Amino acid sequence: MMLNFFDAVIRQRNRRVTCGMDTVASTFASREFRPQPSWPAEKNGVGSSKVRVRKLEKTVKEPDKEELSACLIAVGASKDIKSFEVLFRHFGPKIRAFMLKRGGNRQQAEELMQETMMMIWNKAALFDPARGSVSSWIFTVARNVRIDAFRKTNRPEFDPNDPAFVPDPEPAADHIFQADQEAERLRGAMVKLPPEQADLLRLSFYEEISHSAIAERMNLPLGTVKSRIRLAFSRLREILGDAA
Amino acid sequence: MNIRHHISDELLFDYANGVLEEGWSIAVATHLAMCPACRKRLAMMEAAGGLALEAIEVEPDAATAADFSWEAMRTRLGNAGPAAEVPVPKKKMSAGAGSVPEPLRSYIGGDVNAVKWKPLGLGAYHFPIKTSNQDISVRLLRIPAGKPVPEHTHGGRELTLVLKGSFSDISGRFGPGDFEETDETVDHQPIADPGEDCICLAVTDAPLRFKSRIVRMIQPLIGI
Repeated sequence: MMLNFFDAVIRQRNRRVTCGMDTVASTFASREFRPQPSWPAEKNGVGSSKVRVRKLEKTVKEPDKEELSACLIAVGASKDIKSFEVLFRHFGPKIRAFMLKRGGNRQQAEELMQETMMMIWNKAALFDPARGSVSSWIFTVARNVRIDAFRKTNRPEFDPNDPAFVPDPEPAADHIFQADQEAERLRGAMVKLPPEQADLLRLSFYEEISHSAIAERMNLPLGTVKSRIRLAFSRLREILGDAA
Repeated sequence: MNIRHHISDELLFDYANGVLEEGWSIAVATHLAMCPACRKRLAMMEAAGGLALEAIEVEPDAATAADFSWEAMRTRLGNAGPAAEVPVPKKKMSAGAGSVPEPLRSYIGGDVNAVKWKPLGLGAYHFPIKTSNQDISVRLLRIPAGKPVPEHTHGGRELTLVLKGSFSDISGRFGPGDFEETDETVDHQPIADPGEDCICLAVTDAPLRFKSRIVRMIQPLIGI
């Protein structure tokens, strides 16, 4: 089963589909997610004058999504170190910056990044491309590494192998690339969110704060924050065609 | 399982984002184990998190810094020796009657049938669950069929997940798997439906404030 995924992903990789990596940059960085000077992201070159960084980088070839997916699968299947290096060089700096945004100093951020990459190395076999995109999976690993590091407890999680677990109605296994396509559609949908909703999501993800803490920080009534989050996600579901 | 009451977006989002405390997370994760629809919503939120991560722009590291970082990683991989095999998860023994899903089952140490209930008075029982944060109260409640949970408002948020039986209040009827989320603005009067005792997981972040003065007086004694 895993090998079939692997073959398919390699085929896909060889086809070398170009995908709109830069769309998401605009989702989070440009007009729709208005840059605010106090946020670390903007220091790293998403402000008006520094957008060129992205373009320069793009001329140096960056791995595309299929390639990253194939790399993660290869690490899972055969502990392929070359593939791991591709993942490390692509995601490492992003994870480090993500950790830094979420609090702590540079050294801690480096350590948490290394810890996250170590988890990725060890758990890559659990990545299922039918269930989610690479970036989504890596986000959950990074998130859990932080929880392990800063809280003394495990994150309570459901266990799909638990006999009392209620499985999904239909198995997702035959749609290998559905998750990637959905991520692509989600990316497009997020660009269309009104700024006040997009800002809220960005603030939550980058500063690792709860919706009630956001209400305090932004001096908004809790009800307003709740309804913005609800509006944002119901709108995303609507655009993606899976209204709740 | 026919679930009609789900987790709100703002609560699920906190869970997806890793900022929800252990006590609340037990209720959220246990509902997720029973509810494919909420798992789908969770997956979308995690995908949004992935996009947020992917969208971070970084100054290209000075080549030497990137290599230094990678060398540190390689050393670590080398020291770790051959990576520990990820155990392939196996289906566990089939669940018996009265079994509740993980993560709750581990917290209560088995099935609801084996719980050592403590009397609350008026025919109701509870079973407190320890977590890392004492300010959040996590407990199983067993309300006798047809009987009310004393009328109360909350000092803060209250999450209720029905495991067995059902109860009704102003928001409707809540059966197995249903998830209710209320706060201090809600003055509700849940009543266990007739026929079967209602067992649910209740998580609150402050002692419940009961309306009746007598219940308020004995509240510290019975510990609810």
